[in-house]
Amino acid sequence: MAEDARPPPRRPGSGITGVLHRRRIAEDLIEEGQEEERDTEVALASMSQWQLAARRFRKHKMAMVGLGIFIFMALSITLVPVFQPYVFQNIPGASKAGGEPPGEVTRLVDGQLQAQPAVFGTTNEGRDVFNLVVNGGRISMAVGVFSMLIAGFVGVVVGTVAGYFGGAIDNMLMRVVDVFFAIPFLFVILVAARFFGRGDVLSLVMIIGLLSWPLIARLVRASFLSLREADFVDAARAVGVGNLRIAFRHILPNALSPVIVAMTLLMANAIVLEAFVSFLGFGIRDTEISWGNALANAQEGIRFGNWWWAFFPGMAIALTVLAINFMGDGLRDALDPRSRE
Amino acid sequence: MTTAAPPLPVPAGPAPDTADYLLEVRDLRTHFHVMDGTVKAVDGVSFAVKRGETIGIVGESGCGKSVTALTIMRLLDIPPAEIATGEILFEGRDVLALSDREMRALRGNDIAMIFQEPMTSLNPVFTVGNQIAEAVRLHLKVSRREAMDRAIESLRLVGINSPERRVKQYPHEMSGGMRQRVMIAMALSCEPKLLIADEPTTALDVTIQAQILELIRRIQAETGTALMLITHDLGVVAEMVHDVVVMYGGRVVEQGTVDEVLLQPRHPYTEGLLASIPSKGMRGARLNVIKGTVPNPFNMPKGCNFAPRCPYRFEPCPEHDPRIEEGGGPPVACWLWKQAPGHSIPQELHDQQVAAARRAAASNTPATTAVPTYHEAPR
Amino acid sequence: MSTQPRGGWTNGRPLVEVKNLVKYYPIQSGILRRKVGDVRAVDNVSFDIQHGEILGLVGESGCGKSTLGRTLIRLLPPTAGEAYLGGVDIFAQKGGALKRMRRKMQIIFQDPVASLNPRMPVSDIIGEGLVAQADKTNHWDKGDVREKRVGEYLEIVGLRRDYARRYPHEFSGGQRQRIGIARALALSPEFVVCDEPVSALDVSIQSQILNLLIDLREEFGLTYLFIAHNLSVVQYLSDRVAVMYLGKVVELAPVEQLYADPRHPYTVALLSAVPEPDPRLRKKRIVLRGDVPSPANPPSGCRFRTRCWLFEQLGRPENCVEEEPPLRELGHGQAAACHWAEKINPQAIGRAANQDTTRTGADADDDDGAGVMPVATEPESINAEGAAPRA
Repeated sequence: MAEDARPPPRRPGSGITGVLHRRRIAEDLIEEGQEEERDTEVALASMSQWQLAARRFRKHKMAMVGLGIFIFMALSITLVPVFQPYVFQNIPGASKAGGEPPGEVTRLVDGQLQAQPAVFGTTNEGRDVFNLVVNGGRISMAVGVFSMLIAGFVGVVVGTVAGYFGGAIDNMLMRVVDVFFAIPFLFVILVAARFFGRGDVLSLVMIIGLLSWPLIARLVRASFLSLREADFVDAARAVGVGNLRIAFRHILPNALSPVIVAMTLLMANAIVLEAFVSFLGFGIRDTEISWGNALANAQEGIRFGNWWWAFFPGMAIALTVLAINFMGDGLRDALDPRSRE
Repeated sequence: MTTAAPPLPVPAGPAPDTADYLLEVRDLRTHFHVMDGTVKAVDGVSFAVKRGETIGIVGESGCGKSVTALTIMRLLDIPPAEIATGEILFEGRDVLALSDREMRALRGNDIAMIFQEPMTSLNPVFTVGNQIAEAVRLHLKVSRREAMDRAIESLRLVGINSPERRVKQYPHEMSGGMRQRVMIAMALSCEPKLLIADEPTTALDVTIQAQILELIRRIQAETGTALMLITHDLGVVAEMVHDVVVMYGGRVVEQGTVDEVLLQPRHPYTEGLLASIPSKGMRGARLNVIKGTVPNPFNMPKGCNFAPRCPYRFEPCPEHDPRIEEGGGPPVACWLWKQAPGHSIPQELHDQQVAAARRAAASNTPATTAVPTYHEAPR
Repeated sequence: MSTQPRGGWTNGRPLVEVKNLVKYYPIQSGILRRKVGDVRAVDNVSFDIQHGEILGLVGESGCGKSTLGRTLIRLLPPTAGEAYLGGVDIFAQKGGALKRMRRKMQIIFQDPVASLNPRMPVSDIIGEGLVAQADKTNHWDKGDVREKRVGEYLEIVGLRRDYARRYPHEFSGGQRQRIGIARALALSPEFVVCDEPVSALDVSIQSQILNLLIDLREEFGLTYLFIAHNLSVVQYLSDRVAVMYLGKVVELAPVEQLYADPRHPYTVALLSAVPEPDPRLRKKRIVLRGDVPSPANPPSGCRFRTRCWLFEQLGRPENCVEEEPPLRELGHGQAAACHWAEKINPQAIGRAANQDTTRTGADADDDDGAGVMPVATEPESINAEGAAPRA
């Protein structure tokens, strides 16, 4: 019976054209009216996952607030210092113990006394705290952004290598990651900043970046391990797609969601770290200004009741970190593929 | 673990005017308000369950059957869900009007529910015995030891060997079939009057499914518990239930005894569904296909929501919603079986139109021998 | 390779030949991850598939059917054994030759959500294989050639051409499954492994896809290995059926033969367990005791003996415990791996269905395996397989 059940062999090649002419196969699949219905939808652009995520992000109120604040901060620190650069040298005649509270100050400009606004007050040396905040922001946020990028880049590379090759390489790399996680982070940063730091942005970026990548590497590797087993990866292998293309075209894009969220939080972390390290004197050198530096110097002012010197840079840090955290929350919700396909 | 909570209030006896209906659902509508709009997951569902009997709620994914069960148990998060209208009467009392405390007394005690995925329904950090005992102690004023004894007994009741040993095991140490038995044990530990089973065997292999279904049947026979079985598997329905409710797109499209609905289906959806199931004797014939796909839940079609896919569709269908009316009228939501209102055409003309629709359908649909055809169905 | 006539019916061999295929997964334990045992997913399986045939492969979860399908087309590395496609050794191919061979053997996956990369548009999902398999004759590396072919195959599976621009999340389960089918077919394969292609779909969509698969088989002269756990679907679709249990093929027969006259106790029990949507049938079940044993530690001799009703009925014959039964021919193209296959007849089945299949006394072999007591059955008239239903 089995022998008779086999249909006669067909000539290959006539398949496609024959089918398209007859459409018998498709007829019960395409319903009448589907054609007209779909025409209206053709006009709407098809959205990729990234576009959908962007839409979800836009609907997330907290995230948009955070984004707004962040953009505001970024613009301020970019544009304002162009008009009000930080001047290291002391302004003669402006020093006053305890500085001046927010309001107006009198300054000698071209030999004449002028009243100038000092919305955030002044420091002991008479510097405008507002000037400190916007200039300091450049360095602090630069540290945040670039250390995030370094950590992200190194982390993605290491995580991809570990996840892709697996086996001994994976094992070895993960033990390295374990060592990093075992070290007391803050102490190492302080020590490294003390001994390797040269007081500039680059050192701090490198130090923080190179100590933060393990988190990213772990996330990428974890995604790799789970995505490697996914059916669509098997499907790509089944049609003959090479391993390298699978890693970069299939696995990595799907592994990026948790990484993006982690990186935004790293940025916030880095800004706080910079403040911490500079506050203790190991970070940005005195000739430049960062939020952390400002906080360090502001300790003197407290004795005289100068609360604004510490308050405004501190608020700037807090606000920026808060904004980034809100954005991170929004990103996490937006990128989670489980919500509504 | 926890200290014994004061026993929850014992629900009052049934109101005097109930028939012997244990559960009555009347025109239930549950809506979900989500980012993209409102989904009418349950859109006017009515049915009733008598004491000790079994009812099957049948439909494919997205038809609203699970949401109906969750609404009865009031397990939905109220935003985004909203119980728009409807009554759910359990022993004559309106479930939707109960306070949280009264509802907790009802759940587990009078109405129990088992779910599809036994792994995620059992807490992985507690032993199986603990979980059953907890359910017992919540509803019955017994000591810890006695609760554990009852747990062991209920494991034995569901056919688990060496229950004294099993009671100390964790869910991950058990197989799927065993876990489902534990779920059933937990559900029955307080001797509920109604058991709601939401796809209890879908995740199980067919031989294990056979075990579980036999178990449920036996327990029902022994304890007289009513059963509301939710499934998409018409074979399971044929074996297990007395009455069937067929759902599509949040609405009931057909109701009746299992013999009526499965052997002489009236609604085109039911008929199409039965004809899509491959079975013996269908080899070589093309399977019947219900054209198209389930409509977008945000944008249900006007009138009969099955009309776009219905081979028998004719004039009134896209205009008027053929809901099943309470009290009189055939329990089918279809204009082939009743006179369309506002259509105001004489009966004769209506009959002619219906016959024309049937002929049109017959010429499109391939003949299938396994299922008794539509045309023999009595009016 | 690409110039060889499809179907390979020049040499008269079956299209697919599997000989003693073995796939074990090592179990590792301890810090040094030493191998302590094997999960014997597929254990010495042999069968053939003829040109244009649909071989159904059924079994419950853990029996190894999916593993078998994937190992066959080299998505998983085999542990031992041989497999041939059109006479060519599948496992011996490497590199470029393997890639070219992949064109001829494709797979359709079970999960319509997981089998499509959510971040790629449909045109890339289907087109990627074309790019990978481009050569001088087919010009698939050229965008317009690819676009045309992708469009053609989308239409063949019943979707519109312009769906190529869309992303998987915009489609329903049935539509995604069709995209997966288009992806497999776009390479013009000869042999397709269908790994439970309709299990994740609603009943009304299942029939659409099943019809499609049948039509495609006729149009393109395809050969299928149809893996499923739904016996009704397999019965409808297949020409021959193989039943697997715990890594072994326990029965192999033409479909009508298998369903009318099963010759392995597991097949009998499996068939009796399937619920039929006809309330008039009072099916008497053979309820198997307990759960499937662990594939890492299968029972000695016949693997099914720990749950076998025939074993009990015949008074526990020793050869079931000591000798592994080979898959032997029983005539009419049917083969079963049971020492006592001849003893299976409607009376024996009836007795098993009617009886309480408890083992008296304590459970000797009870680990985390058979820990369940069978349910006592009410006496009712039997409907063993093949008997007419009560009117």
